[in-house]
Amino acid sequence: MSTMTKFETTDKHRFLLNMGPQHPATHGVLRVILEMDGEYAMGIDPVLGYGHRMQEKMAESRTWPGFYPNTGRMDYVGAMPFNHGYVALIERMAGIEVPERAEYIRVITSEMNRIASHLLGIGAYVLDLGAFTPILYAFDDREDILDALEDITGSRLTYCYYRVGGVLKDIDDTFIKRTRAFIENFRKRIPMYNDLVTGNVIFIKRTEGVGIITADMARRYGATGPTLRGSGIAYDIRKSEPYSVYSHFDFDIPTGKNGDSLDRYYVRICELEQSLRIIEQALDKLPDGPVLAKPKRAKLQEGDCSFSVETARGVLTYYLVGDGSEVPYKLKIRVPSYSNLSLLEEMCTGMLIADLVSAMGSLDLVIPEIDR
Amino acid sequence: MQQIIDLIQTYSLLRMLIAFLVLIGIVFLNAIVMGYLERKIAARIQRRWGPMEIGVQGWLQMILDGVKMLAKQLIVPRDADRFLFRLAPLLCFTPVVMIFAALPFSKALYGINLHIGLIYIIAMASINVFAILIAGWSSNNKYSMFGAMRSVAQNIAYEIPILLSLLSVVLTTASFDLQKIVEAQSGWLWFAVYPNLFVAFVIYLIAGCAETNRAPFDLPEAESELTAGFHTEYSGFGFGLFAVAEYGNLFIMASIASIMFLGGWNGPFGLASGPLMGAFWFLSKVFVLMLVMIWVRWTYPRVRFDQLMNLAWKYLIPFSLVNLLITAFLVKMI
Amino acid sequence: MSGYFRDIYTGGKSLLIGLGVTFKAIIKPVVTVQYPREKIDVTPNIRGHIELVRFDENDSRHNCLVCGMCAKNCPCGCLTVEGEKREGVKGKVLTVFDYDFTKCSLCGICVESCSRTALTFSSEYELAGFSRQEFHFDLIKRLEGK
Ligand code: SF4
Ligand code: SF4
Repeated sequence: MSTMTKFETTDKHRFLLNMGPQHPATHGVLRVILEMDGEYAMGIDPVLGYGHRMQEKMAESRTWPGFYPNTGRMDYVGAMPFNHGYVALIERMAGIEVPERAEYIRVITSEMNRIASHLLGIGAYVLDLGAFTPILYAFDDREDILDALEDITGSRLTYCYYRVGGVLKDIDDTFIKRTRAFIENFRKRIPMYNDLVTGNVIFIKRTEGVGIITADMARRYGATGPTLRGSGIAYDIRKSEPYSVYSHFDFDIPTGKNGDSLDRYYVRICELEQSLRIIEQALDKLPDGPVLAKPKRAKLQEGDCSFSVETARGVLTYYLVGDGSEVPYKLKIRVPSYSNLSLLEEMCTGMLIADLVSAMGSLDLVIPEIDR
Repeated sequence: MQQIIDLIQTYSLLRMLIAFLVLIGIVFLNAIVMGYLERKIAARIQRRWGPMEIGVQGWLQMILDGVKMLAKQLIVPRDADRFLFRLAPLLCFTPVVMIFAALPFSKALYGINLHIGLIYIIAMASINVFAILIAGWSSNNKYSMFGAMRSVAQNIAYEIPILLSLLSVVLTTASFDLQKIVEAQSGWLWFAVYPNLFVAFVIYLIAGCAETNRAPFDLPEAESELTAGFHTEYSGFGFGLFAVAEYGNLFIMASIASIMFLGGWNGPFGLASGPLMGAFWFLSKVFVLMLVMIWVRWTYPRVRFDQLMNLAWKYLIPFSLVNLLITAFLVKMI
Repeated sequence: MSGYFRDIYTGGKSLLIGLGVTFKAIIKPVVTVQYPREKIDVTPNIRGHIELVRFDENDSRHNCLVCGMCAKNCPCGCLTVEGEKREGVKGKVLTVFDYDFTKCSLCGICVESCSRTALTFSSEYELAGFSRQEFHFDLIKRLEGK
């Protein structure tokens, strides 16, 4: 054990506590080695790699369409934006125009996926704090989204729905009707979450002032997504450098004030409403036309190219270097949770273990995305 | 038949033995019924069905779970203290049975009637902490140890508001005898209708929740922090005994609440409370209280440790002290 | 001091509201189903494992002309397509079409890359087995067996 960590417990009071890789609070296979003083975590050392699948190397050893299904497997909770980033990257590199209807459909499905991901994130977070019921309510709502998406994409988790040049299949009236019904229904459900969780005095006491990330700290570590916005910085790729057709829609970027766990949680709750707004506008404005521009089989040009999208957890950037063949020379994937996790040590040193669980849960980490 | 009854009446040791066997049966029965109810109600709160497979509406599920637990191997961790590790579940379970013996189910239905029944029960109930400490210590697991430490601090802090709130009832009745306390509430004058004793009742319920380690105060077994807390290393029937004892403690807590504040075996509106009807009223009060505890458990997140202590020292203890003073004053005046 | 009592009031109120939410849920109907006995309608569009398309309703021939594009494009390498020349038949005749479902990522690239639409997704979702070999499908047999 001592070779695995940077701690040397010379102090007699201190001892090492191994949290994970199979611990209920680490959602998957994150392992955190804690140096404890009583119930206080005085040293924190996340150990990664239990879910490593060499995604970046895999991209170098197969043609670019062949890597596409892998993108959704990195963040299986919010797979759509991961797919989106990759197809948009190839489109940018090969100069492929995407029909407008396809872009609208991409936005709609991405935002639905974002809601599904946030619901799971919120539910799992409250589960970390010891309440079992909200996650099942969240699953109930998430089920509506997954059913709707399943109807058009054919899958429930890893969609592979976008294609270079558009989307696989057009959406139909049932989907539109279903989505509108969901929006109406879900708007009524959000106050229920606020009653059950957000307003609950125990929940507030557990999250308020816990795991404070200052704006400066968030910038230093390159945190993105709700973690950054919880610290009061209104940075969202969808607004700051709009990709796809996000510039057509009117939505706000919710931010927090104190940068504590409660703010990060509440930013997610507010983003649910913003996503609903985007979906609504996109459904209203949905243009007619084809959904898939049949591209010539694109060879990757020589040179490099990058593309960033806003996933449910933050900024995802693909950076690709091509050498003229179909196989990428190098694909670098910058995943949001990795930077967000790196905050953990500075944020949580000296905390109670209960607070550590609360702060770590509020980052909404997806471990396979970190390990890739 | 008559001979057997004679025999039992002659030998008090035999009588005690039978009483204890029956009581153990009751404790297990209680765990089965409560476990089933808890799972069903939790499921309904979460809009699921809960156990459905075995028997109509899955009513046999808990019994089969018990059988499964009996059949499992008892694993003792390599570096654990074997003797203490085995002892802890028994130490947790035995006081529960002993307390059940002193509970007045109805006017005629009880194991033993003690003049100091209340003191006896509270003394026995505090052995539970000891068992948890031993379980956590002997497991040789850091998470278990955390659970045990939390449990000790928690139970010590929460015994004070419990005692103070029960003391206001004792002041009113001037007796520790549970039967006398129940008789003092005959008719409609249950103690919970007096405002001062109602406050004591609420304080008792909150503190009792913490004392029995139920959510939102289930810190010793905080699942997302300490995996399973003090019983992390227990398997098979060691774990089973802890679960049975937990439900037993819940029953005890609810029955003390109904004896002290809700009139015990007295029926509402002065309804008949003979030996059997009395037991019926008593049990229904106890079960209503337990269902409320289940409902609470599946609604709230878990509090943090220092907040738990704050609740005890900043809210419950001052309130119960003031309440005790008011009660003492009222008793003197009236 | 007033803050002390206000905390108790607001805290207590929020707790009661929470209890109200869960109580309403107890009364509401259950949303889950008892799976093996009850089933929900699954959309016919789901992407299950892939399958050869039948020529038409009651003809168990297929459309595949053994071009091998699907196997070549499959990112997971889970398709094996082989054919042979036969007397009197134009083109090749499909002899082997093996599909390893355990490796398939259900991406749909094979279905798209087939110029003859000889492949499709099955909407079968209840698959279970005791060994991996049970998921190495011989699609020709499956086609004929149906
Ligand atoms: S769906 Fe994708 S992985 Fe599966 S066989 Fe077709 S191309 Fe290969
Ligand atoms: S691409 Fe179509 S026609 Fe070609 S081998 Fe595959 S199934 Fe047959």
